[in-house]
Amino acid sequence: MQASDLATQFNLTVVAGREGLDRIVAGGHCGDLLSEVMANAPIGCVWLTIQGHQNIIAVAILREMAAVVLTGGNVPDDATRAKADQEKIPIMLSGQRTYDLAGQLYAAGVV
Amino acid sequence: MSSLKKCFNIRSRDFIHAGEASITVQQLLKQMRIDSALIRRIAVCGYEGEMNVVMHGGDGRFCIEINTERIVLDISDEGAGIPDIARAMEKGYSTASDAHREMGFGAGMGLPNMEKNADEMFIESVPGCGTKVRMIFFNRST
Ligand SMILES: Nc1ncnc2c1ncn2[C@@H]1O[C@H](COP(=O)(O)OP(=O)(O)O)[C@@H](O)[C@H]1O
Ligand SMILES: [Mg+2]
Repeated sequence: MQASDLATQFNLTVVAGREGLDRIVAGGHCGDLLSEVMANAPIGCVWLTIQGHQNIIAVAILREMAAVVLTGGNVPDDATRAKADQEKIPIMLSGQRTYDLAGQLYAAGVV
Repeated sequence: MSSLKKCFNIRSRDFIHAGEASITVQQLLKQMRIDSALIRRIAVCGYEGEMNVVMHGGDGRFCIEINTERIVLDISDEGAGIPDIARAMEKGYSTASDAHREMGFGAGMGLPNMEKNADEMFIESVPGCGTKVRMIFFNRST
Protein backbone atom coordinates (compact mmCIF):
# COMPACT_ATOMS: atom_id res chain seq x y z
CA MET A 1 0.00 0.00 0.00
CA GLN A 2 1.19 3.50 -0.84
CA ALA A 3 0.58 6.63 1.23
CA SER A 4 -1.87 7.80 -1.45
CA ASP A 5 -3.97 4.64 -0.91
CA LEU A 6 -4.24 5.48 2.80
CA ALA A 7 -5.71 8.86 1.93
CA THR A 8 -8.33 7.43 -0.42
CA GLN A 9 -9.28 4.35 1.61
CA PHE A 10 -9.58 6.13 4.95
CA ASN A 11 -10.86 9.47 3.82
CA LEU A 12 -7.83 11.45 4.93
CA THR A 13 -7.17 14.96 3.65
CA VAL A 14 -3.67 15.41 2.28
CA VAL A 15 -2.45 18.89 3.24
CA ALA A 16 1.30 18.70 2.57
CA GLY A 17 4.10 16.55 1.19
CA ARG A 18 2.17 15.40 -1.88
CA GLU A 19 5.36 14.53 -3.69
CA GLY A 20 5.87 11.73 -1.16
CA LEU A 21 2.52 10.04 -1.76
CA ASP A 22 4.21 7.12 -3.51
CA ARG A 23 5.94 6.09 -0.27
CA ILE A 24 5.21 2.51 0.76
CA VAL A 25 3.38 2.09 4.08
CA ALA A 26 4.91 -0.51 6.38
CA GLY A 27 2.93 -0.71 9.60
CA GLY A 28 1.67 2.00 11.88
CA HIS A 29 2.47 3.78 15.11
CA CYS A 30 0.46 5.96 17.49
CA GLY A 31 2.16 8.42 19.82
CA ASP A 32 2.54 12.02 20.89
CA LEU A 33 5.80 11.81 22.86
CA LEU A 34 8.57 12.38 20.35
CA SER A 35 11.24 10.34 22.17
CA GLU A 36 8.90 7.37 22.34
CA VAL A 37 8.08 7.62 18.64
CA MET A 38 11.74 8.08 17.70
CA ALA A 39 12.61 4.93 19.65
CA ASN A 40 9.70 2.67 18.71
CA ALA A 41 7.97 3.66 15.46
CA PRO A 42 8.50 1.00 12.79
CA ILE A 43 10.60 2.09 9.80
CA GLY A 44 8.28 3.08 6.94
CA CYS A 45 5.19 3.38 9.12
CA VAL A 46 2.23 5.72 9.06
CA TRP A 47 2.34 7.78 12.28
CA LEU A 48 -0.86 8.89 13.98
CA THR A 49 -0.37 11.85 16.31
CA ILE A 50 -1.94 15.02 17.63
CA GLN A 51 1.34 16.98 17.34
CA GLY A 52 1.25 19.47 14.48
CA HIS A 53 4.47 21.43 15.07
CA GLN A 54 7.44 21.32 12.73
CA ASN A 55 9.62 19.01 14.81
CA ILE A 56 7.44 16.04 13.82
CA ILE A 57 9.03 16.20 10.36
CA ALA A 58 12.54 15.44 11.65
CA VAL A 59 11.16 12.39 13.48
CA ALA A 60 9.27 11.30 10.35
CA ILE A 61 12.42 11.58 8.21
CA LEU A 62 14.68 9.82 10.69
CA ARG A 63 12.20 6.91 11.01
CA GLU A 64 11.75 6.97 7.22
CA MET A 65 7.99 7.21 7.62
CA ALA A 66 5.48 6.88 4.80
CA ALA A 67 3.11 9.53 6.17
CA VAL A 68 2.02 11.44 9.26
CA VAL A 69 -1.69 11.62 10.09
CA LEU A 70 -2.86 14.35 12.46
CA THR A 71 -5.88 13.00 14.27
CA GLY A 72 -8.67 14.53 16.32
CA GLY A 73 -9.04 17.53 14.02
CA ASN A 74 -5.52 18.78 14.71
CA VAL A 75 -3.80 20.75 11.97
CA PRO A 76 -0.14 21.39 11.12
CA ASP A 77 1.54 24.78 11.55
CA ASP A 78 2.53 26.59 8.36
CA ALA A 79 6.17 25.78 9.10
CA THR A 80 5.28 22.08 9.39
CA ARG A 81 3.57 22.12 6.00
CA ALA A 82 6.50 23.87 4.38
CA LYS A 83 8.97 21.38 5.82
CA ALA A 84 6.79 18.44 4.83
CA ASP A 85 6.61 19.73 1.25
CA GLN A 86 10.35 20.23 1.14
CA GLU A 87 11.08 16.79 2.56
CA LYS A 88 8.27 15.04 0.66
CA ILE A 89 6.65 13.64 3.80
CA PRO A 90 2.86 13.44 3.31
CA ILE A 91 0.77 14.99 6.08
CA MET A 92 -2.87 13.95 6.25
CA LEU A 93 -5.72 15.07 8.46
CA SER A 94 -8.42 13.04 10.16
CA GLY A 95 -11.30 14.19 12.31
CA GLN A 96 -11.27 10.84 14.09
CA ARG A 97 -9.56 10.10 17.36
CA THR A 98 -6.28 8.22 17.15
CA TYR A 99 -7.81 5.06 18.65
CA ASP A 100 -10.65 4.88 16.14
CA LEU A 101 -8.51 5.52 13.09
CA ALA A 102 -5.82 3.10 14.27
CA GLY A 103 -8.47 0.41 14.69
CA GLN A 104 -9.64 0.89 11.12
CA LEU A 105 -6.12 0.84 9.74
CA TYR A 106 -5.30 -2.29 11.68
CA ALA A 107 -8.49 -4.05 10.60
CA ALA A 108 -7.66 -3.19 6.99
CA GLY A 109 -4.28 -4.90 7.29
CA VAL A 110 -1.97 -1.94 7.88
CA VAL A 111 0.24 -3.73 10.39
CA MET B 1 37.20 2.89 4.24
CA SER B 2 39.15 6.04 5.06
CA SER B 3 38.31 8.18 8.07
CA LEU B 4 35.82 11.01 7.66
CA LYS B 5 34.78 13.74 10.09
CA LYS B 6 31.87 16.17 9.76
CA CYS B 7 30.74 18.86 12.19
CA PHE B 8 27.60 20.97 12.44
CA ASN B 9 26.70 23.91 14.67
CA ILE B 10 23.59 23.60 16.82
CA ARG B 11 21.88 26.74 18.05
CA SER B 12 20.26 26.75 21.46
CA ARG B 13 16.42 27.11 21.33
CA ASP B 14 16.48 26.89 17.52
CA PHE B 15 13.54 24.54 17.04
CA ILE B 16 13.34 25.49 13.36
CA HIS B 17 16.59 23.76 12.44
CA ALA B 18 16.51 21.13 15.19
CA GLY B 19 17.14 17.68 13.76
CA GLU B 20 18.94 18.84 10.62
CA ALA B 21 22.38 17.61 11.69
CA SER B 22 20.96 14.15 12.40
CA ILE B 23 19.14 14.07 9.07
CA THR B 24 22.26 15.11 7.13
CA VAL B 25 24.31 12.48 8.93
CA GLN B 26 21.70 9.82 8.22
CA GLN B 27 21.94 10.59 4.49
CA LEU B 28 25.72 10.53 4.63
CA LEU B 29 25.80 7.16 6.40
CA LYS B 30 23.40 5.74 3.80
CA GLN B 31 25.64 6.94 0.98
CA MET B 32 28.56 5.25 2.75
CA ARG B 33 26.51 2.04 2.86
CA ILE B 34 26.78 1.69 6.63
CA ASP B 35 24.58 -1.10 8.00
CA SER B 36 20.99 0.15 8.19
CA ALA B 37 20.37 -1.09 11.76
CA LEU B 38 23.45 0.86 12.85
CA ILE B 39 22.25 3.97 10.99
CA ARG B 40 18.96 3.79 12.89
CA ARG B 41 20.72 3.56 16.25
CA ILE B 42 22.89 6.54 15.33
CA ALA B 43 19.75 8.43 14.24
CA VAL B 44 18.13 7.94 17.67
CA CYS B 45 21.30 9.08 19.44
CA GLY B 46 21.87 12.03 17.14
CA TYR B 47 18.30 13.23 17.31
CA GLU B 48 18.05 12.98 21.10
CA GLY B 49 21.45 14.57 21.62
CA GLU B 50 20.66 17.37 19.21
CA MET B 51 17.28 18.04 20.85
CA ASN B 52 18.92 18.19 24.27
CA VAL B 53 21.28 20.91 23.09
CA VAL B 54 18.38 22.82 21.51
CA MET B 55 16.06 22.45 24.50
CA HIS B 56 18.31 22.32 27.57
CA GLY B 57 21.81 23.35 26.48
CA GLY B 58 23.58 26.35 25.01
CA ASP B 59 24.97 26.78 21.52
CA GLY B 60 26.85 23.67 20.59
CA ARG B 61 28.47 21.38 18.11
CA PHE B 62 27.57 18.02 16.61
CA CYS B 63 30.48 16.04 15.19
CA ILE B 64 30.62 12.59 13.69
CA GLU B 65 33.79 10.70 12.88
CA ILE B 66 33.49 7.59 10.77
CA ASN B 67 36.24 5.07 10.29
CA THR B 68 36.61 1.39 9.61
CA GLU B 69 36.29 0.14 13.16
CA ARG B 70 34.00 2.67 14.77
CA ILE B 71 31.80 5.71 14.49
CA VAL B 72 32.10 8.41 17.15
CA LEU B 73 29.38 10.98 17.74
CA ASP B 74 30.37 13.99 19.87
CA ILE B 75 27.63 16.39 20.89
CA SER B 76 28.71 19.30 23.06
CA ASP B 77 27.30 22.61 24.16
CA GLU B 78 28.22 25.63 26.20
CA GLY B 79 25.06 25.80 28.25
CA ALA B 80 23.92 25.46 31.83
CA GLY B 81 25.36 21.96 32.22
CA ILE B 82 23.86 19.02 34.12
CA PRO B 83 24.22 19.28 37.90
CA ASP B 84 23.42 15.61 38.60
CA ILE B 85 24.22 13.31 35.69
CA ALA B 86 23.00 10.13 37.43
CA ARG B 87 19.62 11.76 37.97
CA ALA B 88 19.47 13.05 34.38
CA MET B 89 20.11 9.49 33.17
CA GLU B 90 17.02 8.15 34.99
CA LYS B 91 14.14 7.17 32.75
CA GLY B 92 11.43 9.80 32.97
CA TYR B 93 13.54 12.50 34.62
CA SER B 94 13.11 15.80 32.80
CA THR B 95 13.38 19.49 33.54
CA ALA B 96 11.49 20.40 30.34
CA SER B 97 8.95 23.22 30.64
CA ASP B 98 5.20 22.64 30.42
CA ALA B 99 5.19 24.28 27.00
CA HIS B 100 7.82 21.84 25.74
CA ARG B 101 5.97 18.88 27.28
CA GLU B 102 2.84 19.87 25.42
CA MET B 103 4.88 19.63 22.22
CA GLY B 104 5.76 16.04 23.10
CA PHE B 105 9.24 16.77 24.42
CA GLY B 106 10.33 16.15 27.99
CA ALA B 107 9.57 12.43 28.21
CA GLY B 108 12.85 12.03 30.06
CA MET B 109 13.81 9.23 27.66
CA GLY B 110 16.45 11.01 25.59
CA LEU B 111 19.57 10.16 27.59
CA PRO B 112 18.35 6.61 28.45
CA ASN B 113 17.65 5.94 24.76
CA MET B 114 21.05 7.32 23.76
CA GLU B 115 22.73 5.02 26.26
CA LYS B 116 20.71 2.06 25.02
CA ASN B 117 21.48 2.67 21.34
CA ALA B 118 25.18 3.51 21.63
CA ASP B 119 27.76 0.80 22.27
CA GLU B 120 29.47 3.17 24.70
CA MET B 121 28.44 6.56 26.04
CA PHE B 122 30.32 9.09 28.15
CA ILE B 123 28.92 12.32 29.59
CA GLU B 124 30.93 15.13 31.06
CA SER B 125 29.25 18.24 32.35
CA VAL B 126 30.32 21.29 34.29
CA PRO B 127 27.44 23.35 35.68
CA GLY B 128 27.66 26.85 34.27
CA CYS B 129 30.05 25.76 31.49
CA GLY B 130 28.41 23.09 29.42
CA THR B 131 28.02 19.45 28.53
CA LYS B 132 29.85 16.94 26.34
CA VAL B 133 28.30 13.65 25.30
CA ARG B 134 30.39 11.10 23.38
CA MET B 135 28.74 8.05 21.84
CA ILE B 136 30.71 5.26 20.24
CA PHE B 137 29.35 2.70 17.79
CA PHE B 138 31.33 -0.31 16.64
CA ASN B 139 31.22 -0.52 12.88
CA ARG B 140 30.88 -4.29 12.68
CA SER B 141 29.71 -4.46 9.07
CA THR B 142 33.06 -3.46 7.58
N1 LIG C 1 22.84 19.37 26.97
C1 LIG C 1 22.21 19.51 28.14
N2 LIG C 1 22.38 20.63 28.89
C2 LIG C 1 21.75 20.77 30.09
N3 LIG C 1 20.91 19.85 30.61
C3 LIG C 1 20.70 18.72 29.92
C4 LIG C 1 21.33 18.48 28.65
N4 LIG C 1 20.93 17.26 28.21
C5 LIG C 1 20.09 16.77 29.14
N5 LIG C 1 19.96 17.63 30.18
C6 LIG C 1 19.17 17.43 31.41
O1 LIG C 1 18.87 16.04 31.53
C7 LIG C 1 17.46 15.85 31.58
C8 LIG C 1 17.08 14.52 30.95
O2 LIG C 1 17.37 14.53 29.56
P1 LIG C 1 16.58 13.52 28.62
O3 LIG C 1 16.73 12.14 29.14
O4 LIG C 1 17.03 13.75 27.21
O5 LIG C 1 15.06 13.93 28.78
P2 LIG C 1 14.26 15.21 28.24
O6 LIG C 1 15.09 15.86 27.19
O7 LIG C 1 13.00 14.63 27.72
O8 LIG C 1 14.05 16.12 29.42
C9 LIG C 1 16.87 17.06 30.90
O9 LIG C 1 15.54 17.31 31.27
C10 LIG C 1 17.83 18.16 31.36
O10 LIG C 1 17.53 18.56 32.67
MG1 LIG D 1 16.07 14.91 25.78
